[in-house]
Amino acid sequence: MDGAVIKEYALDKERITIGRKPHNDIVIDNLAVSSEHAAVITILNDSFFEDLNSTNGSLVNGAPAMKHFLQNNDVIEIGKYKLKYLNDQPTQTTAADFEKTLVLRAPVRQSAASATAGGAPVAKYESTTHFNATATKVEPRPVAPAAPVATATAVAIIQILNGPNLGKEMELSKNLTTLGKPGVQVAVLARRPHGYFITHVEGGSFPAVNGSTIGEQPHQLNDHDVIELAGIKMEFYLKA
Amino acid sequence: MNEALEIVGQTNPGMVRSHNEDSITFDVNYGLAVLADGMGGYNAGEVASGIAVSVLSSEIRHRLDAARPEQKEAGTGDEIGFALLRDNIRKANLSIYNAAQSQPQYAGMGTTIVAGLFYDNRVVVAHVGDSRLYRLRGETFETVTRDHSLLQEQIDGGVISKEMARLSKNKNLVTRAVGVDAEVEPEVHGYDVAVGDIYLFCSDGLNDMVEDEDIGATLQMLQGNLPLAASQLIEQANDNGGRDNVSVILVKVKASYPAPRGWWAKLLSWFRN
Repeated sequence: MDGAVIKEYALDKERITIGRKPHNDIVIDNLAVSSEHAAVITILNDSFFEDLNSTNGSLVNGAPAMKHFLQNNDVIEIGKYKLKYLNDQPTQTTAADFEKTLVLRAPVRQSAASATAGGAPVAKYESTTHFNATATKVEPRPVAPAAPVATATAVAIIQILNGPNLGKEMELSKNLTTLGKPGVQVAVLARRPHGYFITHVEGGSFPAVNGSTIGEQPHQLNDHDVIELAGIKMEFYLKA
Repeated sequence: MNEALEIVGQTNPGMVRSHNEDSITFDVNYGLAVLADGMGGYNAGEVASGIAVSVLSSEIRHRLDAARPEQKEAGTGDEIGFALLRDNIRKANLSIYNAAQSQPQYAGMGTTIVAGLFYDNRVVVAHVGDSRLYRLRGETFETVTRDHSLLQEQIDGGVISKEMARLSKNKNLVTRAVGVDAEVEPEVHGYDVAVGDIYLFCSDGLNDMVEDEDIGATLQMLQGNLPLAASQLIEQANDNGGRDNVSVILVKVKASYPAPRGWWAKLLSWFRN
């Protein structure tokens, strides 16, 4: 009851049962726990929690759950016990295998052993997938944000400098923003990790930046550049 | 078909991989687009996807020099366009499989494939694995093909929701591939097209790195400049990490392209007058 880890269980079977009776894979001998309380189904690198219609139910991350797709650091509560799901592998088995497409063969066609020889990850489990069972509240480790799209540090703004929309501002909040009139002249502003770029999309003439036309290639924008497109002038600037 | 379709394609190794295992080809004169994403050690993936693309492209073009795709095949009664895609994927399967069996360095190689044949105001699409066809029609951007993957099976079976699937660690496990077994069953369907439609064929290097919503928005915004749309999609995949090879083929329907009707159709209408 001190938050100490009681035991770790590797999810090395397709189905692991949790309950009070001794035939379960994870036995929790407590009257609040049903004899067959819950199960964790693991399919390759993904695991699913399922409550087996237990009397007192289960919580996942504090909310009642019958079925739940487990993510790293999820906490399952059964009675007074907490089980933490840990699966800290990136997205594939190893960094080298990352994102590699593999063929999953139906086991009926081939035995698992020969399928493995062919490179298919049939029944391959990582030891990093396991449970921590603890008796009191466990502070979940902060989860690192999943590979964020690097964004430019400042917010970029386009301000119209002439015409009926004079003074209007537009924040470039999306990866791509188009400017101009379809069929007449259109340019696109792309937000990329290393800055903002303007590219000609369609129309008979090219946009101009600071008075000179940019041609067909993307052109990187600097703070306070003036863009001219279909007779409309606008300023690109960065707001800290 | 030149007046009816505009086709562009690009393939890129991405930011991490040293070589490109994707292969693409397209020919606007035949209304044909083929994209394959190979797998296997050393350079076997490139070999597999290269075989698949060249078998489809050369066989289909050769046959269409002598026949119309909307005609029925003499023996089976199947439409030639459907049969061409199906039979040539099987042919490619066999030649990849045989190469893999006979050459140890190619053991276990295979490839996904997605191929489209545009004729008679339709697109017939065949696919195996997780390379995709998407369609932008008006404001709606959606997948046309359904992946042959473990994840898609789990979505279909209700094990996992579409939203949660993005968090899955079981991406890239295909349940069907060309060249890994002696036989393969391609999935083939035909769809009516509308003028203005944009079709996107892509390898998973695109849709794993860029959200569908962003892909759709890019096509919507840049439909006036197809080559730019293609390079922007690849750029976005690479800006987001580019962990895999990324390939795209874009097909824009500029005008309708009904099949030329035969002499009997003309005769029939002449009799009616």
